[in-house]
Amino acid sequence: MEYLSALLNGLSYGMLLFLLGAGLSLVFGVGRFVNLAHGGLYIIGGYVGFTVFDRLDNFWPGMIIGPLVGAGLGLAADLLVLRRLHGHGREPDQVLITFGLALIIADATRAGWGGDIRSVRAPAPFDRPLEVGEFIYPTYPLFIIGVGLLVLALLWLLLQRTRLGAMIRAAAGDPQMAQVLGIPTGPVLRLTFALGVALAALGGVVGLPRLALAPGRDFEMLLLALVVVVIGGLGRIEGAFWASLLVGLTDSYGKLFFPEFTVAMIFGLLALVLIWRPEGLLGRRAA
Amino acid sequence: MLGNRVSRRDFLRFGAGLAVMGLAACQEGGQQPAASPTPVVTGPPLKVGIIEPNSGVFADLGRDQINGFNLYLEKVNFVAGGRRIQLVVEDETADPATALTKARKLIEADRVDMLAGVISSASALAMRDLVHQSRVFTVISNASANDITRARKSPYIFRVSNTNYQMAFPLGKWLIDNGHNRIVLMFADYAAGREVADALRQGFGSGEIVDTIPFPLGNTDFSSVIDRIRASRVNMVAGFAAGTDAVIFLRQFAQAGLAGRIQLALHDSVDRAELAAVGRDALGVYTSDFWAPTLDNPANRQFVDEYRRRYNEEPSRYAVAAYDAARLLVETINAVNGDTSDPDRLVRAAETIRFDSPRGLFEFDPTTHHVVQNIYLRQVREQGGRVTNVVVSDLGRIRDPG
Repeated sequence: MEYLSALLNGLSYGMLLFLLGAGLSLVFGVGRFVNLAHGGLYIIGGYVGFTVFDRLDNFWPGMIIGPLVGAGLGLAADLLVLRRLHGHGREPDQVLITFGLALIIADATRAGWGGDIRSVRAPAPFDRPLEVGEFIYPTYPLFIIGVGLLVLALLWLLLQRTRLGAMIRAAAGDPQMAQVLGIPTGPVLRLTFALGVALAALGGVVGLPRLALAPGRDFEMLLLALVVVVIGGLGRIEGAFWASLLVGLTDSYGKLFFPEFTVAMIFGLLALVLIWRPEGLLGRRAA
Repeated sequence: MLGNRVSRRDFLRFGAGLAVMGLAACQEGGQQPAASPTPVVTGPPLKVGIIEPNSGVFADLGRDQINGFNLYLEKVNFVAGGRRIQLVVEDETADPATALTKARKLIEADRVDMLAGVISSASALAMRDLVHQSRVFTVISNASANDITRARKSPYIFRVSNTNYQMAFPLGKWLIDNGHNRIVLMFADYAAGREVADALRQGFGSGEIVDTIPFPLGNTDFSSVIDRIRASRVNMVAGFAAGTDAVIFLRQFAQAGLAGRIQLALHDSVDRAELAAVGRDALGVYTSDFWAPTLDNPANRQFVDEYRRRYNEEPSRYAVAAYDAARLLVETINAVNGDTSDPDRLVRAAETIRFDSPRGLFEFDPTTHHVVQNIYLRQVREQGGRVTNVVVSDLGRIRDPG
């Protein structure tokens, strides 16, 4: 019984990390852009979801509004500041500027929503547990697993089966050649960035009934997203997916067997992967 | 570093605001406090260093404490013993090394006459040798590690809040005395959580602890904890989970369908902030604490009323402790007629101070300089349309053994 719950816990936590990690990985893979404000977008999504729930007494609209607000902010940030920082060799600038943005988001959300802990109840029909004989399990984590799989499928369809996806892949592979072939790489990159941060904001909304929001959660989530992206291989969506599940399961089984060492185990996993495959599980070796 | 600079600038502005507020209060002088009828300023200003977090995870508790200090000091128009009280506020942050640096700055550069504040036990323990050796009269208004009253106590340190033992021991005793003789013990696995767990065990005595479940501080997933609770087939879970741990645990406990089926007794950790976040999912949870917003005595009714009017929100336990800390400072200064030059004289004066606090009779244990107080068993209930902590039993006067 405990093993089955731990499996489901690990999967649901992993899917939440996947929403975060996929966005970060997408932005890095396509635009070669390091976005340290990614955790900030997670809590913005969460706070927007909280406010929507607070005003409308309904959780679901937040699932749309949160990512839209995230995407809007991402577009604005890209137009105003970040587009000046694209390109090879600009990583130190990107790190500094986006870390600055992360600090601004941390203070702005604190000013807007206060430092109190924020949380909402799981929405119906996911507010009651599933009971199968002796086995009782909350249903909301199952919903999170569903959202994660859906996002994975949609991302795959977008990248592999649509014209936009082809342009994104082209821009990711060789931006100069793509431009020569008439692909508007600037707008494509901007759109990808907005999509990536919208995923982070979606994670914030979806995670709200499961994890509470409080100052500091943004940097915790950023750290986990970075772990996922590094383990999975920079810029690989499938890598982020498998790495998220690995981190989620390490966390849940770690809590079952070695509750005192769970956090250490996640970073131990990261260290092992970096020793064996410095490019990440599915990463390409650097040329 | 960047974060530090931003918050420090904020803090300077905040400090300036306080000073203006202090001046304004002096000029108004309208509302008459019970403590000192007409404050007359005869001596030079007196500096009190306040160390409270304005950034990091404890920032909200720091804000509540600053509110509590100000509420009382406004009542006496920032005057005690014929001297005007100037607050010098420094950001404790969540880092003990930084808190120590700030304490050193207050003592050595600002030359404050007294110190007060400190949310984190790690900060309080880090500052202990400095204040002890500098012989600075210090009032700890929150940090609750047992050792501040035991192995690391100092005659110059008075604590007005509580020790972890002081509230967990009577909770454990209440459990066994009321027929809850099979429990699961769960706690956040860090210094405070372990102290609470030890004291609960002591109070619980001969009762049976079916399972002991430590979980990492700042946990996000309680499913394995909840599975073990379910597997142990008990009716009562006791322990310690505070802040986001309490909120996330209570949410997931409800999602797992256990709320209402298994009872919870969680030390002091379901206070205003947690209740505001969790709301009805916390209904029925027992806690032990030195105060409750619904505690029925004249001083508390007045305090809650004044706090609501001044800040337009509900007071927290942190605000109460700081309010009493400010009262202790003022009464100590009054007792020595404003002459703060001899720290030992301040200590002797403070030892004998007792008053009717919002939490009941407030007095010190002269050997530990830690508050002796009643501890109350509270339960989260809906009262007047508000989810709040209601006192269900007085667990008696509790002294930390030292």
